[in-house]
Amino acid sequence: MQNPFADKIKDFPILAGQTDGKPFVYFDNAATTQKPRQVIEALTDYYETSNANPHRGVYALSEKATEIYESARAKTASFINAAKPEEIIFTRNSSEALNLISYSYGLENLQAGDEIVVTILEHHSNLLPWQMAARKTGAVLKYIYLNPDGSLNMDQASEIITSRTKIVAATQASNALGTLVDVRELAELAHKNGAAAVIDGSQSVPHMKVNVQDLGCDFMAFSGHKMFSSMGFGALYGKLALLERMPPFLSGGDMIEYVEEQSATFAPVPEKFEAGTQNVEGAAALSAAIDYINSLGIENIDRYERELCLYALEKMRGLDFVELYGPENRAPIISFNIKGVHPHDAATILDSYGICVRSGHHCAQPLMKYLGVNFTNRASFAFYNTPDEVDYFIDSLKSVRKWLGYGS
Amino acid sequence: MALNGGLDAIYTELIMENSRNPANRRELPQSRGLCTERGHNPSCGDDITLQIDIESGRIKDMAFSGFGCAISQASTNIMIDLLRGKTVGEAKTLCETFINMIKRESVDEDALIELEDACAFKNISNMPARVKCATLAWHTLSKALNEKYGL
Ligand SMILES: Cc1ncc(COP(=O)(O)O)c(C=O)c1O
Repeated sequence: MQNPFADKIKDFPILAGQTDGKPFVYFDNAATTQKPRQVIEALTDYYETSNANPHRGVYALSEKATEIYESARAKTASFINAAKPEEIIFTRNSSEALNLISYSYGLENLQAGDEIVVTILEHHSNLLPWQMAARKTGAVLKYIYLNPDGSLNMDQASEIITSRTKIVAATQASNALGTLVDVRELAELAHKNGAAAVIDGSQSVPHMKVNVQDLGCDFMAFSGHKMFSSMGFGALYGKLALLERMPPFLSGGDMIEYVEEQSATFAPVPEKFEAGTQNVEGAAALSAAIDYINSLGIENIDRYERELCLYALEKMRGLDFVELYGPENRAPIISFNIKGVHPHDAATILDSYGICVRSGHHCAQPLMKYLGVNFTNRASFAFYNTPDEVDYFIDSLKSVRKWLGYGS
Repeated sequence: MALNGGLDAIYTELIMENSRNPANRRELPQSRGLCTERGHNPSCGDDITLQIDIESGRIKDMAFSGFGCAISQASTNIMIDLLRGKTVGEAKTLCETFINMIKRESVDEDALIELEDACAFKNISNMPARVKCATLAWHTLSKALNEKYGL
């Protein structure tokens, strides 16, 4: 097998820059991806040619900044096939987007005794906001659990989602196990019962074609930094009719219509949800990142990453000292443990071989508890990773055991 | 980090031995002076419970339970060996010396010698991500002594 994007690796200075003869294998892409030159240039270019406060000045430079910001919105909308650019609210990241929904939609629409349904796969960012909403409103938080193979138990989903359910909040791809969730089916179940469907797209939008209209979800959150863009910039998708009925999350400059001494009215969506001077450099970077992804083709990326992930899984299954978690159908993420070796020790030793993997609970403590594991190591891939890197990783796994005094 | 550079300075024979077969991972019999203290690192999940048996101001015995990485397990085991039989005041001072050594705060050579085998963790100070693993037991014991003796 070959990496069809091999000639793109040089676009990533941090990957190309590690040329002092030491291997450098970045397998922590679910945490954040590396950035291509095109994105880094978009950031510097913005400050060198276009920096001004958007939406505020009438002079040409401010209009230029506004244009960069608003065209990023349109591009983001079309990337996930939202019906209108206004359905994209820019946020700092997924976490902020999910908090926005829980405050501006959850607190407004939940009453004591109502139910919020989440899955046990959720990242803390799609869990704590719902715990908060439940605490404040008296709503009850319910969980959909897993099948033995790590896939979501959809039979249980159809039992747990009932007319008491007001919100179904689920990830489309688990950052801890890679599990892909049939969120179209969940959205349908939610709507049949009069509930809203909130989808965490943090691990799906960067890796597969996501079409929010086709999925039928009401809200979706994702982060730019996991899709080759800069940190501190993400997006919330919401159906316009819902967003229009929701009160602001944060208030202040830019999000108003009229302000009196004692009251205010608010700007229309999306400005209503974007208080204060926004992160225009982040918007410029996200635009560049989407252009970059489109130039490779998200379907092509998806196909190759799945193939690479299966290749790695296959090789890891051949190592009797490796324990693997998660189902066959998955995002390019592999959670594993080396028998007898704590994941932190494994990650430290792999680091000494130039391999970056994550170790810990992956911000999914309830999931880890449910699985009965304290921690795992996690290797997660992007299109710039190669089969050679996987081979080197497999060899290095064997060395981890040796370092800790096991035979092989 | 350089390829494997420093790794054998961390995963030393001594540390590996103490993590694989920690003799002090056991349960102490109930006694009047027994207190327990739990310590954990939420960010990495190392989670240990110390049992400390103190009689007339002296640590008569100590043991631990829980789980964690090789470094936290070895550090706990070595700490217990070092502090068994020491007075509460001596134990507190040694905890401070150890933590200062790992934090790279100035510690004089004579004080370091007092740490005996625990000196093996000196190189952890080069790995900020693992500092918490090495100091967990020592912080946990300090906390217990603070609570009990206001030291
Ligand atoms: C599934 C999932 N949801 C939410 C988040 C939170 O993303 P961020 O930290 O960018 O807000 C992450 C990333 O860590 C994630 O993997």
